[in-house]
Amino acid sequence: MKVIVCAKQVPDTNEIKINPETGALIRDGVPSILNPDDANALEEALKLKDQRPDTHITVISMGPPQATDMLFECLAMGADEAILLSDRAVGGSDTFATSNALSAVIDKYVKEFGPYDIIFGGRQAIDGDTAQVGPQIAEKQHLPQVTYVVDFQVSEDGKTVTVKRQLEDGYEVIEVNTPCMLTCTKELNEPRYMSMKGIFNKDKKITVWNAADCEVDLTVVGLKASPTNVFRSFTPRPKGKGSMVAGDTEAEIAANLIASFKEKHII
Amino acid sequence: MSTNLADYKNIWVFAEQRQGKIMGVALELIGEATKLAKDIDDETKVCAVLVGNGIDHLAQECFEYGADMVYMLQHPLLENFTTDAYAKVMTEAMEEYKPDIVLYGATHIGRDLAPRIAARAHTGLTADCTHLDVSVAKYIEFAKANTTLDTSTLDPNSPDKGLKMTRPAFGGNLMATIISPRTRPQMATVRPGVMSKNERVEGRTGEVVNVAVKLEEADVRTKVLEIVKEAKEMVSLTDADIICSGGRGLGGPEGFELIKAFADKVGGVVGSSRACVDNGWIDHAHQVGQTGTTVKPQIYFACGISGAIQHLAGMQNSDIIVAINKDPDAPIFEVADYGIVGDLYKVIPQIMEAWDK
Ligand SMILES: Cc1cc2nc3c(=O)[nH]c(=O)nc-3n(C[C@H](O)[C@H](O)[C@H](O)COP(=O)(O)OP(=O)(O)OC[C@H]3O[C@@H](n4cnc5c(N)ncnc54)[C@H](O)[C@@H]3O)c2cc1C
Repeated sequence: MKVIVCAKQVPDTNEIKINPETGALIRDGVPSILNPDDANALEEALKLKDQRPDTHITVISMGPPQATDMLFECLAMGADEAILLSDRAVGGSDTFATSNALSAVIDKYVKEFGPYDIIFGGRQAIDGDTAQVGPQIAEKQHLPQVTYVVDFQVSEDGKTVTVKRQLEDGYEVIEVNTPCMLTCTKELNEPRYMSMKGIFNKDKKITVWNAADCEVDLTVVGLKASPTNVFRSFTPRPKGKGSMVAGDTEAEIAANLIASFKEKHII
Repeated sequence: MSTNLADYKNIWVFAEQRQGKIMGVALELIGEATKLAKDIDDETKVCAVLVGNGIDHLAQECFEYGADMVYMLQHPLLENFTTDAYAKVMTEAMEEYKPDIVLYGATHIGRDLAPRIAARAHTGLTADCTHLDVSVAKYIEFAKANTTLDTSTLDPNSPDKGLKMTRPAFGGNLMATIISPRTRPQMATVRPGVMSKNERVEGRTGEVVNVAVKLEEADVRTKVLEIVKEAKEMVSLTDADIICSGGRGLGGPEGFELIKAFADKVGGVVGSSRACVDNGWIDHAHQVGQTGTTVKPQIYFACGISGAIQHLAGMQNSDIIVAINKDPDAPIFEVADYGIVGDLYKVIPQIMEAWDK
C-alpha cells in the first residue's frame, strides 16, 4: 500500500516560558520536536508496514528548512522517504492556506509516484491545537475522513479500513474505503524509537521542494490567502494570587478555610 | 464564499444533538449568540440549526433557551453524524441563507465537521475559542480585565462589528484573538463549559424553517457500523458547582478513593490532572485542562496538582481555587485563592470533617 503521513515540527510547548517582565514568549532554547500526535500517525503507518512489507511510507511536511531534522527522525523511525515544502511564499498560512499548500504537495506526489491509499495525520499539533488541517486536506483531496482514530484495521485486499473513532462518551466503529484521510490520537498506539539501522541508512532521502517545484497556486497560500488573521495576541493575566490559609495543624487550617467560605458566602 | 459581506446576516448555532438529545454546549452557544446579536444590531437573529432525523421536538428546547429561529435539516441519512452528510447539508444551507456567524461546540463532532465546512465554503475558522466579542468596546473591557494586552491602540467607538475570537495557543502560554475580515460566514468552535446558557423560558417560541435537504446514499462515504457508549461513570465536569481534583501527588490509583469520598461529602465531582490519566489511575473523562475539559465551578479543589500551564488552562476561571500541595513553591499557588501547604492525606479528611460544622 502507499501511505502518506502528514507531520509537523513544533516547539515543545512544555518548555516554553513567559518573560515575566515583557510578557513575551521565550522561544530561545526551546527544543523543536515531532508533533506528538503525528508520531502516532507515523507509528500506525509503520505498523501497517510491519504487517505488509510492501507498504511505502512518505512523510510530508511544510515548514522552515530546519524541519528536515524532524523528518530525519521520521526516516530513522522507519518511514521510506520524506518531502518538505519550504518556501517563504507559504509562510504565515492559516489552516486553510496550509491545507492548500499540503494538498498541492500531495497532488505533486501523485503525479510523480501515482495514487496513494491512506493519508495519516495527527489529531492536532500542540502549538496551535486546532485539529483543522487534517479535515481541510481531506476536503481538498476529496477524501472521506475519520478523525480521532483510536483503532485501525485494514481489510485483506487493502480496499477497506475499519476504525474506531473516539467520542467523549464512547466510540463509533466506522468503515471507509480507501483512499481516505485518518487523524490519529495518542490512544492509538505507542510510537517506536528511532532505530540504529534507520539512523545510519543512507539510502533514504529527504526531498525539499519550493512552491514552484510542487506547482502551488500562489494565490491560495501564505498570509494574504488566509481567511483568518491574528487581530491581537497577548499573554493571559495571572489570576490574582490569594493567600495561604493560616493554622498550626491541619484541623485548624481546615476550620479556618470553612469559616472563610461561610463568611464570604461561598458555601 | 461571496465577498459582499453585507449580504450575510444573523448568528447560527450548530445545535449538535446526539440520539435526539441536544448537547449542553449548543445551549451555551445560544446564550452567547444572544449577547453577540444584541451587540450587532436589533435585527440580528439567533438561529439554531438542528441536523438529524425525527428531531422536530428539539426546536422547542432551542427556543426556550433563547433561539429566535430554528433551521431544521432532517433526512434519514442524517440520523447519525457523518462528516460527509453533515458537511454537505450545512454548507448548502449556509450558501442559501448566508449567516454572518456560525458557532459550533468544540466537541469531537464539531471539531470534525467545522473545518471541513470551512474548507468547502472558503472561509475562516477559529478553533477552541474561550471568548467572543463583536463590539470593540467590550473587547477592550475583556482585555483590560483578563490580559496584559495594551488596549491604547483600540478605539472603543469603532463601528467594527466583526467577530473577535479569542483562544489559547502554545499550550495556554499565549492567547490570540483571531478575525476573519474578508470572508463570510465567520466561524468558530467554542469549548464546552465556557459560555453561559440563558435562563430557560418555558413556552417561549419562534420561527421554524424546514430546509429542503438534498442527500443520496452515494454522498456518504463512511459507514457507521456501531456507536458504543462506554459504561463509564457519567462525569459532568462542565456543570459541576464543586470539583475535587486529584493529581500525581495522590501517589497511586487508591488516592482517588479519598478524592471520591471528598467529592461526595461536598457535593462535588471528581476531576484529575493528566498525569493520573496517563498513569491509568482514572479515566480520561475526568481530566481537566487543555487536552481535557475546561471547567469553571464555584469551588475547585486542586489536591496534589503542581499547576502545569496545561492544567491551569482548563481551570483558572473557576470562581474559587483551593490548592493543597506539599511543596510551597508549586505553581498552583500562583492561581489559588486559598493555599494550603501540607499533605493532602492529612488535610482533606480535616476539611471533610469541618465541612458540616
Ligand atoms: C500537549 C500537552 C497537553 C497537556 N494537557 C494537559 C491537561 O489537559 N491537563 C493536565 O492536567 N495536564 C496536561 N498536560 C500535562 C501537564 O504538563 C503536567 O504534566 C500535568 O498536569 C502534571 O500533573 P500533576 O500536577 O498531577 O503532577 P505533578 O506535576 O507531578 O505534580 C504533583 C504535585 O503533587 C504534590 N504532592 C506530592 N505528594 C503530595 C501529598 N502527599 N500531598 C500534597 N501534595 C503532594 C507535589 O508537590 C507536586 O506539586 C499536558 C501536557 C502536554 C505536553
